[in-house]
Amino acid sequence: MALVPVGLHHFLVLGTLLFCIGMYGALSRSNAVGILLSLELMLNGVNVIMVAFAKFIDTPQELAGQVFAIFIITVAAAEAAVGLAIVIGVYRLRNTIQVDQIDLLKG
Amino acid sequence: MELAWLVPALPLAAFAVIGLLTLRYANLSSFINILAIGGSCAIAWMLFFRVLGGEPPFEQEIPWLALNLQTALTFGLRVDPLSAIMIALVTTVSLVIQVYSRGYLYEPAEEGEEHGERHGPATMVRDSGFARYFAFMALFTAAMLGLVLANNLLTIYIFWEGVGLGSYLLIGFWYRKPEAAAAAKKAFVTTRFGDFGFLIGILYLYMQTGTLQFARLAEMAEQGQIGSTVLTVGALLIFCGAVGKSAQFPLHVWLPDAMEGPTPVSALIHAATMVAAGVYLVARALPIFEHAPAAMLVVALIGGFTAIFAASMGLVAYDIKRVLAFSTISQLGYMMLGLGAGAIGAGMFHLFTHAFFKALLFLCAGSVIFMLHRAGAHDPVDRDPLDPPRAQDIRYMGGMWRRAPISAITMTIGALSLAGIPPLAGFWSKDDVLLATYERASQGGGIYWLLLAFALATVLMTAFYMFRVIFMTFAGEHRGPADAQHIRESPAVMTVPLMLLALPSIAAGLWGAPQLGNGFGHFLEGGRFHSSEMSVGLAGLSTLLGAVGIGLAWAMYYRRSLSPETMAARFRPIYLTLYRKYWIDELYMWLIDKFVVAVSFGINWFDQNVIDGIVNGLANAVGAIGNAIRQVQTGRIPAYALAVFLGLTVIALYAIVLHRALG
Repeated sequence: MALVPVGLHHFLVLGTLLFCIGMYGALSRSNAVGILLSLELMLNGVNVIMVAFAKFIDTPQELAGQVFAIFIITVAAAEAAVGLAIVIGVYRLRNTIQVDQIDLLKG
Repeated sequence: MELAWLVPALPLAAFAVIGLLTLRYANLSSFINILAIGGSCAIAWMLFFRVLGGEPPFEQEIPWLALNLQTALTFGLRVDPLSAIMIALVTTVSLVIQVYSRGYLYEPAEEGEEHGERHGPATMVRDSGFARYFAFMALFTAAMLGLVLANNLLTIYIFWEGVGLGSYLLIGFWYRKPEAAAAAKKAFVTTRFGDFGFLIGILYLYMQTGTLQFARLAEMAEQGQIGSTVLTVGALLIFCGAVGKSAQFPLHVWLPDAMEGPTPVSALIHAATMVAAGVYLVARALPIFEHAPAAMLVVALIGGFTAIFAASMGLVAYDIKRVLAFSTISQLGYMMLGLGAGAIGAGMFHLFTHAFFKALLFLCAGSVIFMLHRAGAHDPVDRDPLDPPRAQDIRYMGGMWRRAPISAITMTIGALSLAGIPPLAGFWSKDDVLLATYERASQGGGIYWLLLAFALATVLMTAFYMFRVIFMTFAGEHRGPADAQHIRESPAVMTVPLMLLALPSIAAGLWGAPQLGNGFGHFLEGGRFHSSEMSVGLAGLSTLLGAVGIGLAWAMYYRRSLSPETMAARFRPIYLTLYRKYWIDELYMWLIDKFVVAVSFGINWFDQNVIDGIVNGLANAVGAIGNAIRQVQTGRIPAYALAVFLGLTVIALYAIVLHRALG
């Protein structure tokens, strides 16, 4: 089995896979916590791609990709905090966190 | 002259005051009415004498509706000989009738009626609508005064409709009586037919000429600035309105039924207001008609035919008021004939004298009816619906001459005047119309000879039916349901107006007598007047025909040497045709049944299915779309998230494609 050097493509495929798994989870899970977890997965898929592009395409002096990734991690932390707070609030109010039962917006 | 606006404004104010404030006070209301009409009568006569003294026509206008920056519809009045005569006439006759109404508007008290038939004289109590009556009378008079003073077609139309409203309210005054309510509706709807044509005519003339002023229209017609087609169409459309209001054939059907109103109302409708409006309108618009010979011919034809047609129905009517109604239709035909022959003087002169003697005749008839009611006349339960009420049926009168000499004498004066016996008023004006027709005919109008024959035959019929009424009412023995000894003359408040009206019925004709210089014609037409020699032959012939008519009535209904019953039996088909008014009412009803109802059903179907179908369809479609789109709002967050993702994907793909395309 020939050894293939790890290149840009591998990172892109990994990031895309992570994003798609997260997307699938976010759309299909009915548990609100599960959705939040899936969102983290999607964000991290993007992070992998950002850092991969920074590593393989940009010159070492340019750090835009890495900076973006760090920002995303920070914002994701805030998002998780707010999201979990909402989930707890909803649970107190409705006694459930199954999003398919929280359908007050139904037309 | 600046006071002219007060002439219609005073009665209108009286209407408002009575209607809003004094409806509870019967006496006070009637005095307010009489005061207002008296005031406007005084102003009208002052204006009349100033115009007679030679003052030029006076016009006053206020802009009313601005159409755009250049043109505005105006509300204006005009005092010239024509309107001066009319306001003096209308206010005078109306004033006399108001005074008379104070005596007439009483009804037999209801007491004892539940014990079957009432016997003996009745106690008369004031009608419960006394104040309302005087309010409506003031409104009616105000509308007519506004109409005659109007200086443009739009103003005249507004008051024209006001007159229609007044007549509706007054004919239906006893609105609890189904016949009265029906008659009021019939009058309103029938005249509406004509008014519709009138309105179209106004719009048409405005569209074609850009003006509604009578003076301006006359000027333009004079100078030939209006095409002859426009003139003819406009004149005929205006004439439609006159046909409706003046009860000319074929829209005459409402007038006999209008007898359901109180008798003084009939007097007012027939003498000065309402029916005179149509004739006045044609006279006012005559400059337009004069340049449209076809329209003039139509006016003359309708007038001549109506004259003989209505007179023939009057020959057999038994209702004292209906005879007078047919006579009015017939005399209005005369006026139209005079106008159609081109003689504004003749038509208006007949309108002028007719107003006096017709008001007199109606008030006399009212006096007779009043006396019979007071003497306890009542209807049997099984009265034939085709028969008039007993108190109005001349078959049940008779012998009232000795009981009520003032009513009898004044009514005979009115009848003589109507029959055209010299030197009473009716003779001069009728002769004027005949002369105008004769002159027109001798200028080479073949059809006008026929109309002259119609007019002469009408003279005979008129004299006959009027004296048939006189003999059947006043002569012989009383045949009525009321006890003869209870009949006594009406109170002075009614007989004095009769005597006052009898004077002009005798003498008003002298103003237009050719021997005395025909002051009427000179005044009305000014420089355009051409004096015509009185034709002794024609005047003699019409007098002779009148005398023959009276003689025939005398022979049939006084001497009874010719039995009317035998005549009716021998000529039964003719008699029945006349008695049933040529079945025109039935024909109209049939037409309405078959035609109007069918069309209405069709339109109803169209409305229900097509119009409503479109509207309902639109609503349903919107609802259905809404329902479909509603399904999108599941309320499920994953579904929304999917939608967001799909949307983003589309935008991203679009951005990529755009990026590729731009290189």
